[in-house]
Parts: sequence; C-alpha cells; structure tokens
Amino acid sequence: MSAARRSLIRSSLRHAALMCGAVLMLAPFVWMLSTASKPPDEIYSSDLHLIPHHFALWDNLRIAFGKADLGRFLLNGVIVTVAIFTCQVLVALPAAYALAKLRFLGRKALFALVLFGILIPPQATAIPVFLLLYQLGALDSYAALVLPFTISVFGIFLMRQFFMTVPDDLLDAARMDGMSEFAIVWRVMLPTAIPAVTAFGIFSVVAHWNDYFWPLIVLNSQQYYTPPLAVAHFRNAEAGTSYGPLMAAAIVIITPLVVAFLLAQRRFIEGITLTGLK
Amino acid sequence: MAKIELSAIRKSFGDTEVLKGVDLSIHDGEFVSLVGPSGCGKSTLLRVIAGLEPQSSGEVKIGGVAVDHVRPSARNLAMVFQSYALYPHLSVFDNIAVPLRMKRLSALERAPLLGRLLPNRYRVERGIRADVERVASQLEISPLLTRKPGQLSGGQRQRVAVGRALVREPVGFLFDEPLSNLDAKLRVHMRAEIAQLHRRLKATFVYVTHDQAEAMTMSGRIAVMIGGELVQVGTPSDVYDNPRDIRVAEFIGSPKINVLPGAVQADGRIVMLDRVLAARAAASTGPCRVAIRPERLSLGGGDLSGVVVHVENMGAEAFVHLGCDGLTDPVVIRLDDPLRLPAIGSTQRFGFAPEAIRLFDAAGKRIAIRTEASVEMIREVAHV
Amino acid sequence: MSEVAMSDTVVSLRDLDALPKARASAKPRRRSRSTVAYGLVAPAFTLMLLMLLGPLAGVIALSFTDYQLGAPSFAWIGLANYQQLFADRVFWISLTNTLTYAVIVVPGSVALGLGVAMLIESGTHLRAFYRTIYFLPVMATLIAMAIVWEFMLHPQFGLVNGLIKMVGLAPHPWLQDRGTALYALCVIGIWQAVGFNMVLFLAGLMSIPKHLYDAAEIDGAASAWSRFRLVTWPMLGPVTLFVVVITGIRSFQVFDTVHVLTKGGPSKSTEVLIHTMYMEGFEFFRSGYAAAVTVVFLGLVLLLTLVKSRLAAKQVHYA
Repeated sequence: MSAARRSLIRSSLRHAALMCGAVLMLAPFVWMLSTASKPPDEIYSSDLHLIPHHFALWDNLRIAFGKADLGRFLLNGVIVTVAIFTCQVLVALPAAYALAKLRFLGRKALFALVLFGILIPPQATAIPVFLLLYQLGALDSYAALVLPFTISVFGIFLMRQFFMTVPDDLLDAARMDGMSEFAIVWRVMLPTAIPAVTAFGIFSVVAHWNDYFWPLIVLNSQQYYTPPLAVAHFRNAEAGTSYGPLMAAAIVIITPLVVAFLLAQRRFIEGITLTGLK
Repeated sequence: MAKIELSAIRKSFGDTEVLKGVDLSIHDGEFVSLVGPSGCGKSTLLRVIAGLEPQSSGEVKIGGVAVDHVRPSARNLAMVFQSYALYPHLSVFDNIAVPLRMKRLSALERAPLLGRLLPNRYRVERGIRADVERVASQLEISPLLTRKPGQLSGGQRQRVAVGRALVREPVGFLFDEPLSNLDAKLRVHMRAEIAQLHRRLKATFVYVTHDQAEAMTMSGRIAVMIGGELVQVGTPSDVYDNPRDIRVAEFIGSPKINVLPGAVQADGRIVMLDRVLAARAAASTGPCRVAIRPERLSLGGGDLSGVVVHVENMGAEAFVHLGCDGLTDPVVIRLDDPLRLPAIGSTQRFGFAPEAIRLFDAAGKRIAIRTEASVEMIREVAHV
Repeated sequence: MSEVAMSDTVVSLRDLDALPKARASAKPRRRSRSTVAYGLVAPAFTLMLLMLLGPLAGVIALSFTDYQLGAPSFAWIGLANYQQLFADRVFWISLTNTLTYAVIVVPGSVALGLGVAMLIESGTHLRAFYRTIYFLPVMATLIAMAIVWEFMLHPQFGLVNGLIKMVGLAPHPWLQDRGTALYALCVIGIWQAVGFNMVLFLAGLMSIPKHLYDAAEIDGAASAWSRFRLVTWPMLGPVTLFVVVITGIRSFQVFDTVHVLTKGGPSKSTEVLIHTMYMEGFEFFRSGYAAAVTVVFLGLVLLLTLVKSRLAAKQVHYA
C-alpha cells in the first residue's frame, strides 16, 4: 500500500469518527430546532422526521413570548451578569494590584486566603449566605442575585498572576509621571490587562448567565427570573402540553451566548477554560 | 536646573544593606554616571534620588531643598527606564503627553468622558499638543506619534522614552541603563545622541550603567560604585588613569588591566616576577599587586618574556595574550599595528615604563610610588 | 535649542519654588504607601470574609445546631445532625448515587475528551470546525439543554425511543424508570463535559514538543500506539490529573439536571448530595441538617483536591 493511500485512509477514518461524534454532540441542538419548528400535530406523532412539513417556528416563538415575558428574563440575565462582572472587576483589580506589586505586612497571608478561597465550591456557602441575605431582608431581589458574587477570589488570583508579568519600570514611570497608586490601577494596570480581563469577563458572564442553583434559592418573584430559571419555570408550567413553544423558549435562552461564542470562539474557549488554572 | 546632593544615604532590604552610606554631590548641569558591576546598588541609589524607594537613612536634596517626603512626581525629575516603560495601550503622542496631563489637568478634567465636556480641558490640551509636537520634532519622531509602542523598533522606543522625560522640562534627568536593550551599533549611536542632548539642555543628568564604555564616553564625572559604596568619583580620565582602588582599576577599561602579583620590600623596592622594578613604593611592605594597562606594555623589547597564546585582531588595533611563567592569567598587550602580529606559540619579550605602574596593597588600596627617574631628579635638585 | 534651554530655566525656577510647599503638604510617605495597599485590598477582603470565609465557618458551625430557618432560637446539639444523617437511608442512597454518577461521568468524559482531542490533533483539516461543535454543549445553558434532553428521551415522542423503535426494539421510559434514570443523567453529564475536557487536552497536546515524536520514531516506536505510550500519555500526565479532578468536583456538584428532570426520583434513584442539601435547606428549611450534608459534600471536594496536590507533587514535570 502506498504512503499516499495510507494517509488518505487514515484521514477519512479520522473524519468519519469525528463526524459520528459531532452528530451525537449536535443531536440535541438539531432536535431542539426541529421540534421548535413543528406544529403540535407533528410533534405528537410517532413518525420521526427532522424537517417539519409545516414550518411553525415563528408561531411557536410567538406563543412562547406570549406565555412568558422572555424579553424581561433576557434583560434580567443581562442586568445580573453585567452587574456581577462590573463589581468583580471593581473589587478584584485593586486587590490584585496590591497583592502583585505592593509590599505590605500580611500580603502573603492574604494571598494564601485567596488560594484557599478558590477551593471552596459555591454550593458550600449557600446556606449561611442565604441566611445572611434573609437577615438583611435582601432575598428575592437583584441584590440577592449579585451580592454574593461581587467577590471573585478566582478573579483576584487570575489578575494577580497577570499583574506579576507587568514590569515594575512601567509602574515607576507612572509614579514619576504623577499618578497615585489608585490611578495606576485604573490607568495603567487595567488597560494593559485587557486580554486577561476579557477572558475573565467571558468566564464570569457565562458562569452566571447559566447559573441555576443560586437564583432558584433566592428568588420567588417572576420579575427577577434569570433565563435558566425562566425556562425551567416555563417547562414546569407547560410540560407535556406544548413542547414546540418550550423548545422555542430554550432556543431564545441559549442563543445570546451561543451566537457570541460562534463569533469569538477563540476568546470564549480561552475564557471558559480559565478554570484550567484553578 | 538643580544641584542634587546625597548625604549618608543608607538603604536596606530586610537584612541586606544595599547602600552603605553614600555621599555624592552632583552640580548643576553636570553629567554624572554611576557605574559598577550588577548588584552594586547603583540602580537603588537612582531610585532613591527619584523618590521611588525611600532611603533607610540619610538625606536627598534637590536644588538645596530636602525632598525626603516629596512624591516622585513632585521632585520634578524625569526618568528613562531600561525597559523604556512605555504604556503599551497608549499611542506615542499619549505616552509623551501623560506627565503633562497629570500636571496640568485636574482629576475631574482627566475623567474619561466627562472631562471632554469641560472647557478648560480643551484649552490645556492645545498647549499639551504643542509641547508634545515640539519635543517630537526635536527627537525626530513626529511621524510616529499615532503609533503604539508595540509597533516601534527598540531605538524608536528609546526616543519616545526620552521624549516623555524631555517634555516635562524637569530640573534633572535620571537614566537607568537606558541603552542596554539596544544592539551594539545603535547603542553607540544613542550614546552620542544622549551626550548631545545634555550639551543642548545643560540640565543635570544622572546616568546609571554597568557599561564602563558608556560612562567613559558620555559623562563629565564617573562615580564608581562597588558593594553599596562609592569607591571613586572623578573625571573619566582621572578614574581611568588614577584609580584609587584595584576594583576600580579592574572595572574601568577594556580589555581589563593586567594585574601581576608582587611584593614591596622593607626598603620600598618593588619585586615582581623575580625582578626588581625601577620604582619605589612610598609606604607599606608585604605582598602587593602591580597593575598595568595593556596599552602601556610594549612588545618586542624589555626584560620580561612570555609565549603568545592568543591574538585578537580588531582591525585598527590588536591584543596579544602572553602566557608567562608564574602567572595564571595571560598578560594582555595592545598592539597599535595589527599588520605585524606575532605568531601563536612564539616567545616574545615585553616591557613597560616605570610610570605605567599602578600599585595596590593586599587590601586593594592604591600605594603611591616614585619612579627611579623622579628619585634621580629629586637627588639632582638636592645637589643644586 | 536656546528656546528649550530658556523655558527649562523658567520652569525649574518655578518648580523649585513649589518644592518646599509640596514638602509641607506631603504626608510621611513610608506610612502612606502601605496604607494605600490596605485601602486597595480592603473591599476585596471585607467581601471575602462576608461572603466566603465567614459563611464557610458558618456552615460548619450550623451543622452542630438544630437551627431551622425562621425559628426564633437554636440550640447546640453536637453531632446529632451527623448521627441522624448517617442513620438516614436516603443520605446513603444520595451519597452512593453521587459517587456512581462521578464514577461514570469522570472516566467517560475524560476518555472521550482525550480521544476527540487526539483525533482532532492528528490531522490538519477542519480542526476549528470540530472544536467548535464539540465545545458547543459547554456554552449552552444546561437547564435549557436538559429540557431538550428530556424531550429527546420522551417515552412516546422522543428521538431516542423513535430510533429504538425503528430498529425494532421496545421503547423505554429512560428518566421514569428507577433502573435507568441515573444513567440517563450520566449521559447528559458526559455530553456536556466532553467538550470542556477536549479543549484542555488540546492545549496539553499542543504543548508537547514535536521533536519528541521524531525522537520516538528514531528510537524505534513505529506504531501510533507505542508513540502514545512513550510520549503522549506521560507528557499529558499533569493535564490528565487536572482534568480528572476538575471533572470529579463538577460531578459532585451535579444538581441542575437532577432538579429539573427527576427531582431525585423515581423513588430516590437519582437523589444526589447537592439535591439533598437543597431539599433539606431550602424546601424543608432544616438549615442545621442541610449544613451537615454540605459539610460531607465539602469533605468530598477537599479530599479530591488533596489527592490531586499529593499526586501533582509526585509527578515529574518535563516542560
């Protein structure tokens, strides 16, 4: 067998295997799209077909938006994730700068606390944080969704590691130019750290857009529902009766992140796998 | 412009003392180089002058005023860093404008969006633009003003860093090994440029380098630092010709000065390689070191001899390395005419005039000598 | 030139005037620098104490009390919660299910992730395309996709049973049968985790120097398998360890799919630790008891981390 033929066979085997896997990975997405595009009589039939005979996606979307205030939930998702990320940056960046570049008593101990904090899974602190918010009367509000996540020890760790690579000369130059330490954080460190901040932003936004556990615990009122909670609620209310609109709602919920991911894949993969540093 | 005075500056990091009491007075408009091997504390001293590092004790005065509690930016000194320290996210124009904006605009006026609305900011920005453009044209970097530092070559970055220092019209300039990241050719070029800049501005320059050639070629005075102490301060020719410490003699000059073991006898005669030299030490008996610059040794005559082990032909000159009995290191001799090089392995005679000798005691301190000729002269004077 | 020099003198004269004033207004600098540092870290560490370290101590303390949400008071009851926990059949089911889930999802998603990464890396065509497709489930909101899976597994109208019927086998109510529900959740878990693990393995594979493979070839490792054994597997050691641990921790945290698809049923066959904790703490409001469940969960996670750092310390690092 010639080398060229062998490599051709190898390459087709590779594609065949990867394609089979890809079909399995994509199946739920395809089925979701297909179901969302079918009218009820096609959904509730034992005849399997992928392409709907009657294209009903717009009807299902209209029903979904009519039954649930999907726009509101998406907006909640944006409000909560943006608020969380903004707070995380405001809190973490100065701390990361001090830990990376300033000498002060207790720095090592504080950094050790940060490293320890990274090990604590969020579910572990849920009950006391819930009780704290309960005492503060802050349950069932945007504050309840945002407040516990304003501190990201992982963010501090990540930014600190990045700041360690910024040359000290640059900070000295800024001091010579008349900047205060506070100004250095925002005018020198933040702009140089934009790639790291972006990656962390993607990590943070994806994690909190998709979070189900915490909103489930602290929310009662529908007006604060985040997308995952909304779609779960929709499903509980409509299960078994209207899969078309339910799938359409699912599409609406996952679309923002999936589209963003398809547009900036490299950055997203970078951001999500940041947990790789943990 | 201002005089910079340092008195008894000490600095420790934890248990290690980096500066061990440095006294130095830098005159108005003077170009002083701080040289020394790496780790000698020269950069720390510069950072103390800049105010970036508080000294453990001692006093820094700029223009006669103690500045120990004055912030770095308020000392009105500019600094050029080894890594240039340009803000990577700002254009060349904005990099140069930073110190002016920090000085001339209030915090409110500097605010990202809001600041643009304030009328005063517009007026000040116009002045800043004029100043930045003037400095840029002086340094011939006007075409680069819109670029980011990442798009510049090393030499261009260097100029931008100088521009950022220049634009604030400081009383003094501090340079922290600014040329060490450049290639050899560019380094020689920038050396001349910085020296010209100094002549033009007539400002006080303090220049830190580990490269003795830079210090020799640019500065009015050289301050040699070794192990946290200033060992010698003087003009380049004084430091080169008249080193007060063996470490200074060895650090300044390339190739290195030849150091040969010797001894001072009770009568002051100096013995080296079993020969009595035509010079007498003024003091101190016992083992000593005899140092002679390569260019003060002459090949092809004299009462010493060695085997040629290596020859370095530089084109305009050549260095001949001779291995001598009783010495571990070869003796290096400069040859002005590289067309007549000795063959490797051949035995050559060499010698030196008694005035070429610089004598140091066992501790490395300089010992004064009288050559036989001057001894003779004194005798003649006595006879008259 | 002279213009520069002139303005220089003017500026310097003015600034020398300003120096003493600056000195008078300046605070002692040594103190102020570390004061600034404390100012910069203060918000972060206040919040950290309030939202992370305090609650961590709180959950441990709470596990020794009989506190119930809304109760006016509580009592210290020592290990009573733990005694009750260990005597509870549901807790043991929950623990067993969690471990079963992890034991299936971890090897499944790690092996598949490694396999896919190596397949992608072995050729040059369509790399980005495959990477995107396999990573898509990581991005998609799990709750939404869980609901899609539920419909796919629908006994009557689902895709899976439809295909089974086409082959001529009997359809099965996967999520409603206590014998298969947990495994159905495992499949969803693997489906979601493969892409994440793949990306980590891809990064690991990229960092293996190509000349090592050349050396292996010259040293006589002729087959792909022997090169894998000689180079790939040992070089991926640290990545693999990390992927296993992080997938393990994520498996212990499984909650979303359970809560929305089975609620721990049928008859506790999919009850897992975090779900138990959620039910006890936030449905029945038995905070003290739920805290004890949390402590067990925390113990599992920390144990895994400990194993990891032990192994990582032993590992030989080439790079």
